[in-house]
Amino acid sequence: MNSIEVNNLTKTFGKFTAVDNISFNVKKGEIFGFLGANGAGKTTTIRMLCGILTPTSGDAMVGGYSIMKESSKVKTRIGYMSQRFSLYNDLTVEENINFFSGVYNLPEDKLKERKKWVLSIANLEGKEKLLTGSLPGGIKQRLALGTAVIHQPEIVFLDEPTSGVDPISRRNFWELINYLSNEGVTVLVTTHYLEEAEFCNNIIMIDQGKIIAEGNSKELKSAHIKNKMYKLESNNPVEVMEQLKKADFVDEVSIFGNNLHLSVNEKLKEKNQITSFINQQVDYKVNSIDEITPTLEDVFIHLLEKGKKKVV
Amino acid sequence: MKSILEFIKKEFLQFKRDPKMFALILIAPVVQLTFLGFAANLDVKLVRTIIYDQDKSVTSRDFIERFTSSGYFQIEKYVSSYDEITEEIDKGNAILALVISNDFEKNIQSRRTASVQALFNGSDGNTAGIVAGYSQNIVTTYSQNIVLNFLNKSGQKLSSVPVISPEIRVWYNPELKTRNFMVPGIVGLLLSLITLILTSLAVVKEKEIGTMEQLIVTPLKPYQIIIGKLVPFVVLSFAAVIIILASMWFIFGIPVKGELWFLFLSSFLYILSTLGLGLFVSTISKTQQQAMMISIFAVMMPMIFLSGFAFPIENMPQSIQYISYIVPLKYFNDIIRGVILKGLGFSDLWFNAVLLLLMGITILFLSSLRFKSRLE
Repeated sequence: MNSIEVNNLTKTFGKFTAVDNISFNVKKGEIFGFLGANGAGKTTTIRMLCGILTPTSGDAMVGGYSIMKESSKVKTRIGYMSQRFSLYNDLTVEENINFFSGVYNLPEDKLKERKKWVLSIANLEGKEKLLTGSLPGGIKQRLALGTAVIHQPEIVFLDEPTSGVDPISRRNFWELINYLSNEGVTVLVTTHYLEEAEFCNNIIMIDQGKIIAEGNSKELKSAHIKNKMYKLESNNPVEVMEQLKKADFVDEVSIFGNNLHLSVNEKLKEKNQITSFINQQVDYKVNSIDEITPTLEDVFIHLLEKGKKKVV
Repeated sequence: MKSILEFIKKEFLQFKRDPKMFALILIAPVVQLTFLGFAANLDVKLVRTIIYDQDKSVTSRDFIERFTSSGYFQIEKYVSSYDEITEEIDKGNAILALVISNDFEKNIQSRRTASVQALFNGSDGNTAGIVAGYSQNIVTTYSQNIVLNFLNKSGQKLSSVPVISPEIRVWYNPELKTRNFMVPGIVGLLLSLITLILTSLAVVKEKEIGTMEQLIVTPLKPYQIIIGKLVPFVVLSFAAVIIILASMWFIFGIPVKGELWFLFLSSFLYILSTLGLGLFVSTISKTQQQAMMISIFAVMMPMIFLSGFAFPIENMPQSIQYISYIVPLKYFNDIIRGVILKGLGFSDLWFNAVLLLLMGITILFLSSLRFKSRLE
């Protein structure tokens, strides 16, 4: 059963097409990852699905209701957490919870139960009277998610929920997302941390408003990365990358911090070839070369490179 | 309905957390009222005068004495040249310089016209005009006395001469105090301030911090968000009106002479317009700073200038007067002054109230439409 069905959704702002005729389905209870660079159209899509923006054309069924025709019914079935922290900093934790449950018309006994739940997932039991603005980032984020689902929606949209949060809080936050999904809540989450996407059941990648790939993480890797991947460590990765681009056995090379990821074709017989190629050209040291399993990041970069070549 | 109440509760909780805002709303009216009441004073109480008495005769001293004994003129200095007069007036030490020619006494005694020169500092035209009027009066009275004395001395007793004497009674403001005219206007000024500027700020603030987006995703309808945002400011406005009226009475002794309920009703009708304008400003501003600038410079200032708050509309060119017809504050000012100073009420000013109602509904309706379309 599908929680979300998106059909040919398009949004243009003047001459700029932010979302270009995209269609996809999200199954009930799954964690659906929405990947793409900044400005790729992720946020615009989410905002249309939540009823903040009206689509230019196309439609989507969210929780069984059309976002074009029944947006008020959609709103009672979804929760939404935006990129920006969207609770009131000048209200206390409890006042924020009370306000949002009031807005969703929760009855008194339900409010009590849900308040307890939100406080427990945000680790804020006994701290209801703290001003929300004074909380640390990770806790705020959990509180924001808690209030976003205070009315127990079937579907929750999370727009880059972990941007600007430290790695440990991010990991904890993903546990929370998993927990919601186990409870049967459909989670649509956007992120530009590609390692986070590994936690998703299904993923779509979008670039310039168009879907460039979809599937689960395994499918994406096997469908798009046929080549072997190597990780190379050097004292001057930038120069070495420039040289490697000329090698006939290298299809793609991209930089990851101090490392290079190479995608090599069948012309490479053994990995020593790489070192000797570099040594012929330049005088930089190669510290190590290891074969690696490709990450989603490799897939994404591969797809973007392919897209660029097509344009040229 | 429950959602709206929850919203209003939230707004008040936020006011409570923002003591500066609270102080602004509750204390600013009193401070403004006090300052404006004392500062907005166009009355001329004491005219600083210099005298160039070329004649130095008994008659000229008697003539000068008429000025000082009137109570309005205070002689700062006796000078002995025109250069000194120029210097004193340039420095702003004197508003009036009186020059008495050296043949003053001689001319009077020989029944010729004696001339006196009065020089005014016209940089403040209003004051100069008033002082000129005072001086004219004193000189006229003095001339009449000369004529009477002359007739008396010559033995022609004048027991009954036909004279027209105007009996002047000033209604509503018998002491002709500028304060009485200005201070009630503060009610309109402060109401505009609270409902226009603060409303636009409060709405834009939600946009700025991102909570507006969160509200749109909830089942709250746009009209519920609007009501939730506006009602708290209506309540605050009424608190401010009560504070202003009370301090007006206690500090300046200006009571409300007319129908108080009508004043409150009109205040409500008036703020429909300003709340609408505040909402409108919030739809064209991205940041609180923008909202502040737009509401002060593009809305408040023109509205105040064209409302007759300080400058009488009747004195404006016809084309500007036409523009003033669409300024809600103009009609509200008429009501405030009418009720507070003249003791009027519904039966006299109902037409203004109806206009305010129509303008308010129109502005609020259009702004709400725009607000709604901006949300989606």
